[in-house]
Amino acid sequence: MPEKSVYSANADLAPIIATSRVRVAEAAPLIRFSLRGGEAAASHAGTAVGVSLPLEPLTSIATDKVAAFWLGPDEWNLVIQDDDARAMFERVETALADTPHSLVDVSDRNRALIISGRKAAWLLNSQVFLDFDEASFPVGMVTRTLFGKAEIMLWRQAEDTFVIEAWRSFMPYVIELLQEASRELEAA
Amino acid sequence: MTHEFRTSAGGRIDRSSPVEFTFDGKSYQGFAGDTLASALLANGVHLVGRSYKYHRPRGIVTAGSEEPNALVGIAREKGQNTPNLRAPQVEIYQGLNAESQNRFPSLSFDIGAVNDLLSPLFVAGFYYKTFMWPRSFWQRVYEPFIRSAAGLGKAPTDPDKDRYANYYAHCDVLVIGSGPAGLAAANAAAQSGARVILCDEQAELGGSLLHDATSMIDGKSAADWASETIKALSENDRVTLLPRTTGFGYYAQNFVALAERVTDHLANPDQSLPRERLWQVRAKEVVIATGAIERPLVFPENDRPGVMMAEAGRIYLNRYGAMAGKRVVIATACDTAYRTAVDLKAAGVDVAVIADLRPEPVGVHVDAARSAGIRVEGACVVTGTKGRLRVKSARLGRIRPDGSVTVMGEEACDSLLMSGGWTPNVSLYSQSRGKVVWDEEAGAYLPGPSVQHERSAGSCHGVYGLHAVLEDGYRAGESAARAVSSAAKRPETPSVSGGEAGAGGTLGALPHDRDPSRVRAFIDFQNDVTAKDVKLAVREGFHSIEHIKRYTTTGMATDQGRLSNMNALSVASKSLEKPIPQVGLTTFRQPYTPVTFGTFATTARGEAFDPVRRTPMHDWAVEKGAEFEDVSLWKRAWYFPRPGESMHEAVARECATVRESVGIFDASTLGKIEVVGPDAAEFLNRVYTNPFLKLGVGRLRYGIMLSEAGFIMDDGVVGRIAEDRFHVTTTTGGAPRVLAHLEDYLQTEWPDLNVWLTSTTEQWAVIAVQGPRARDVIAPLVEGIDLSTESMPHMSVREGRICGVPTRLFRMSFTGEAGYEINVPASRGREVWDAVWKNVEAAGGAPYGTETMHVLRAEKGYIIVGQETDGTVVPNDVGMDWAVGKKKADFIGIRSLTRPDIVAAGRKQLVGVLTKDPKVILEEGAQITAEASPALKTPALGHVTSSYYSSALGRSMALAMIADGRDRIGDTIYVPTAEGVVVVEIVSPVFYDAEGGKLVA
Amino acid sequence: MLLISCPYCGVERPEIEFRHAGEAHIARPAEPSKLTDEEWAEYLYMRTNPKGLMAERWRHTHGCGRFFNAIRDTVSDKFVTVYKMGEAKPDLDQLLVEAAQ
Repeated sequence: MPEKSVYSANADLAPIIATSRVRVAEAAPLIRFSLRGGEAAASHAGTAVGVSLPLEPLTSIATDKVAAFWLGPDEWNLVIQDDDARAMFERVETALADTPHSLVDVSDRNRALIISGRKAAWLLNSQVFLDFDEASFPVGMVTRTLFGKAEIMLWRQAEDTFVIEAWRSFMPYVIELLQEASRELEAA
Repeated sequence: MTHEFRTSAGGRIDRSSPVEFTFDGKSYQGFAGDTLASALLANGVHLVGRSYKYHRPRGIVTAGSEEPNALVGIAREKGQNTPNLRAPQVEIYQGLNAESQNRFPSLSFDIGAVNDLLSPLFVAGFYYKTFMWPRSFWQRVYEPFIRSAAGLGKAPTDPDKDRYANYYAHCDVLVIGSGPAGLAAANAAAQSGARVILCDEQAELGGSLLHDATSMIDGKSAADWASETIKALSENDRVTLLPRTTGFGYYAQNFVALAERVTDHLANPDQSLPRERLWQVRAKEVVIATGAIERPLVFPENDRPGVMMAEAGRIYLNRYGAMAGKRVVIATACDTAYRTAVDLKAAGVDVAVIADLRPEPVGVHVDAARSAGIRVEGACVVTGTKGRLRVKSARLGRIRPDGSVTVMGEEACDSLLMSGGWTPNVSLYSQSRGKVVWDEEAGAYLPGPSVQHERSAGSCHGVYGLHAVLEDGYRAGESAARAVSSAAKRPETPSVSGGEAGAGGTLGALPHDRDPSRVRAFIDFQNDVTAKDVKLAVREGFHSIEHIKRYTTTGMATDQGRLSNMNALSVASKSLEKPIPQVGLTTFRQPYTPVTFGTFATTARGEAFDPVRRTPMHDWAVEKGAEFEDVSLWKRAWYFPRPGESMHEAVARECATVRESVGIFDASTLGKIEVVGPDAAEFLNRVYTNPFLKLGVGRLRYGIMLSEAGFIMDDGVVGRIAEDRFHVTTTTGGAPRVLAHLEDYLQTEWPDLNVWLTSTTEQWAVIAVQGPRARDVIAPLVEGIDLSTESMPHMSVREGRICGVPTRLFRMSFTGEAGYEINVPASRGREVWDAVWKNVEAAGGAPYGTETMHVLRAEKGYIIVGQETDGTVVPNDVGMDWAVGKKKADFIGIRSLTRPDIVAAGRKQLVGVLTKDPKVILEEGAQITAEASPALKTPALGHVTSSYYSSALGRSMALAMIADGRDRIGDTIYVPTAEGVVVVEIVSPVFYDAEGGKLVA
Repeated sequence: MLLISCPYCGVERPEIEFRHAGEAHIARPAEPSKLTDEEWAEYLYMRTNPKGLMAERWRHTHGCGRFFNAIRDTVSDKFVTVYKMGEAKPDLDQLLVEAAQ
């Protein structure tokens, strides 16, 4: 991992792919909130979690404890490293008490993978049709899209580091296809 | 015979690396760098296949993917045959095992060749004319015959063991074809800083530069210039070079599909490599540089093995050191064949004569041949060939000024090389939806205006001559780069010597002095279509080229007629007495050449075809020996057989256990949506038939959702978690559809509502605990919730903890017994399940699957959307008018419930049916009639929707939708089956605990 | 695979991220119960199905999730323009004139 991130590899699990050119690891558990609402809701929620929520389409704001992802004009995925999901939820709810919004704890809905290395973009392009040229998909860009037939959230954390989030039951499919595509990296 | 036809030196083969391979079981030797075709030619083998219809012996004709005859099957392992590979594209490797096709028992003696003697029967449209009658012959006689006789090659019989990869690529400029035009275009684009992909279907990049032995570029040989250019491109990290990669499909918005053959050329491919890779390329700009294809001459017996394209002869000679023959006759209407003659002569081949159709051939190419001492005959035409399995002589004729032909004599030869001129390869342009334009001067169809962001470069748009082609390539590369960036630059076109453009060319059947009824001049070798067939089609009234193509099958070969179309067109044009542009040209379609199914499927096969969704408790069910069923993408535990139990026994036991003590069921797959916001209740009130405004916090309500047409689209239980927060459940299969439906109304009809929807299907694991002992089982595990019926009645929800894990605990039932659905965060699902299971087991309970769930709910007359309903059912049809809020002014579908056909009598209604014989279990979907033996075409009264054995009733039971069913309760009706008529009685759809006392206990 | 522009994300994406959602600018009647059977049938089932420019609803299902409107040429399959839900329908005749230029 080139930079500190809210996503860190789950140390209890073996890496999913470990080659010199690309690594894939499952991320450690995180708190995830789906926030829906207008710019006022975004502003109050941002104050509560400690980052200002991105308002530009397909952008993100991240520290090593919190990442806020723009997923739609009234939708953000807030990913937080914290031990107490309940308290965090209450804190955001309190900040939003007078603002129409929807805050839903989806911590367990998703699993996340960290894909890093020189061949990270190449590996993703086996199933993701996006152009990962820096001009088209700069660092910090986030989007929902498709990985094969599975819907994912994809974030470019650094030039050679990406994060995939997918609903948990879709993750084995994503992992299987990443492993399949990575096999040829072992070829002599 | 080894290498008898190999030159002593030269070519791009590695003579120090001999390669052994077999063709039709016979061993041969070639060299590394050979194709199967070049290696066979070097061994003197021309006969490589039998034709499709007449089973005539056929030889290698071309040196490219347009090859019509040399189609082979390559077997790596038993059952893993790849048919219809074109020998000029097959690279040999140690141990290659190739088989010719379409012959029995052997290539040199083929029984099917009797068709050739019967050829007068096999005229154009033969199949349509012969196999029409009698009708009864179709299935038993004609179809098996056609199936065994037709088709080229053998399909593999085993599942494909190879792996296929997919890759999505983006680039500024995609260049298809790496001959001089393509290389120049890629070079110019790359030097402009563009992201470039350059692909070529051949093993080596360079195209015609690789066999141009005489031209010089910047003082270097053409091949050296090519390798230096390629080297420079390969060192640019914005350039991707793809040899062995066919651009086979040009689709909308510059979406181009390429097929890369990764391992087919390797003797022992690394198992980690895919066999082929599908490249799905989105290019900002495309340069088509696919060259031109030399046209065969249409003269009698032009299909004899040994008759080849002139340029192919030059390619085999210069690139592979393989000679087409030792004494060669060259028949041409075009200057370029003279280059072949000169090169062959220089290699020591005896060039007997160049027979040129043109009265007085002149020009640099002609001069070069003459000064090499080659005999050139003008106004000279080949009028036939002799030889059984290989050409032995060519019959020559003199064309007189009036067009008639006189005999000149015969010329002995072991190969005849022909050239009718060049056809620009406009396939990809045509695929891009561009309309080709007839160019009278070029005598060819050329690309017209671009429809997409593409341009053609070099001979594929009629530019010939090495210098002009290079210049055109640079122009195209620069213009493509300029379209994506202002920094485009155009390299200086290098100095070129040699490679002058050749003039000439002809179209259509050549004149001859033979008896037209006794000789055949082939236009389409692969499909055995002759000039006569095309003329016959025209006489029989087929005047559109599209109809002529389908009637005669001309141009339907693996090359889509790139070799044959123009000759066919010319013959048709003369017969129709219409100029060529008025006859038109058939459309080229994707794929350019055949593509394996594996390449199209890539990784979407087997387990990875679709995502397979499993719940957090899946592994537990596997350990318990559950059988699973697929419900949408989910695997659901179907039933849990104990050793020796049948499905029927297991389900009966599970049902009894739930009714008598307690069962545990994985309900995690149910769709869940969190509906949150100040207007949440108002929104739900509009989307469900039921009233929701007054549902209390902590209460559950069963709701029905309709489409605007009034039909039931989904149902589920809704819990009010807080004033502004609802937990909505949907059916397993309906979850995505319901969410899309709700988003649609929210975003487009009621954007003023402050409410938002979030899918929480996978946030929660759901453990259903059902049965009289359900409360006893979970009570010790639950903290912070009073489970007493007074405090937590049927249809209520509470938040608290279970096993220390936060839970939303629903008291609800889909079984008719008291029960709970325990929602816990998915990552904790398994541990809570294990704890609950321990208590269930101790209480004598059991896990149950979806089948038991279905039986239990059917005993209660609860519907399943999609089983009792079929998209034409309104609430009243299934006896659920009670769920429709009578005081509501509006909800989705409300207006449709008063449409005349919805309130009319005679609609099918949900009822129960009991067979007279309690042991008979009806088939779901069985039709129901009023009479035991209804007359033919009597409409059915209805159909069986659910049918099971009920252990609670000790007999079979079923639900059915029957016209006016509720008024017919007590009637006896009939279910005709293959085994006879089953007599049944219509009853109430609620078979068990009709008062519902068990739910509220 | 067509590329479709999403007016909310501001990017072009392949069509499989999107779902077609029928003809645009057909508002649900405010009080359905006041409609005659004929009027209701008209709302439910009658669509224009033109040859040429057509206003359609699309949803960026596997992207931002938003519904939006698009003008698509049903002959060439080309998207002429896209616009956000709630924005006025463009003048199709004007678009035709612009397309011809």
